[in-house]
Amino acid sequence: MSAHGHAELTHEHSVGTTRLFSIVWVWLLLLTALEVFLAYERLEVHLMITILVGLSLIKAALIMSYFMHLRFERLGLFLLLVPAMVFCICMMLIMFFPDSIRLMDLRPH
Amino acid sequence: MSETEFEGIVESPWSGGASPFAINSKKLGMWLFIISDSLTFSALLISYAYVRLETPNWPRPFEIWPAIAKSSFMTFVLLSSSLTMVLGVNSAFKGDRKKTVRYLIATIICGIAFVLIHATEWVTLFGEGVTPWGNPWGVPLFGGTFFGLTGLHMIHVTIGVVYLAIIAWGFGKGKYTAEHVEVSGLYWHFVDLVWMFIFPMVYLLSVNPK
Repeated sequence: MSAHGHAELTHEHSVGTTRLFSIVWVWLLLLTALEVFLAYERLEVHLMITILVGLSLIKAALIMSYFMHLRFERLGLFLLLVPAMVFCICMMLIMFFPDSIRLMDLRPH
Repeated sequence: MSETEFEGIVESPWSGGASPFAINSKKLGMWLFIISDSLTFSALLISYAYVRLETPNWPRPFEIWPAIAKSSFMTFVLLSSSLTMVLGVNSAFKGDRKKTVRYLIATIICGIAFVLIHATEWVTLFGEGVTPWGNPWGVPLFGGTFFGLTGLHMIHVTIGVVYLAIIAWGFGKGKYTAEHVEVSGLYWHFVDLVWMFIFPMVYLLSVNPK
């Protein structure tokens, strides 16, 4: 990435058209409809939560990249924000909560 | 040191002479807040997921009508408010104040509708004896996680509505710039993004399959 001048700062904003945002909106609605449909397919709960979170991650990525303009920002901003967040979430997922669940299982039944 | 070399140093993104991310500080601040706030919600959602998977007799009280239909409609309302918000930001940068304020008001109306529908949902659940500390199905954690997650989200939506109202008022008066609108948009989209996780995990994992 090269250093851009300040002049570009003001012009980089009018990215994305009404059409593009409407397409993203339709995709988000379709993914939501798919989730509601899947909720009634009697799947095993672990599989179900994996699918639902997976679909939600796709929706989150769509919102962040288009509605929140992250796709049109510099790569540096993405690298500042997203890897740290993903790392922290993975830490919670892998380290802290399995231990707390193990403690719950150690309770006298 | 020659002059060109010196200029090169000043223009380098890391020397303080230029903005490294080519965005204003308000926007960077909002992004950093959003990341830290996303970790709050992640902690709640992940702990909820573990509790949900660890409890075999987790209640499934949500019927198609009214709970799932209502919450699906709420998702639709929130997604549409995100669309009006992003269009508002676009017209703000085009300098169209009137159109921007109209889009912002549409976003605010969607936000208020979301909170009101959600409030009726809560009242229905209270009527059924579901509270944050107990419920008829004997799994108190259901109420604790449900009201904790949706309550924290509802507070965010309410704050967002007030925030957008202030921005719409100020932008209409010419007090605020398009950057202010964009930064408030980031917050609003984040609130929408969080609901994209709460809706499937809290509602769709507790549907009544009958």
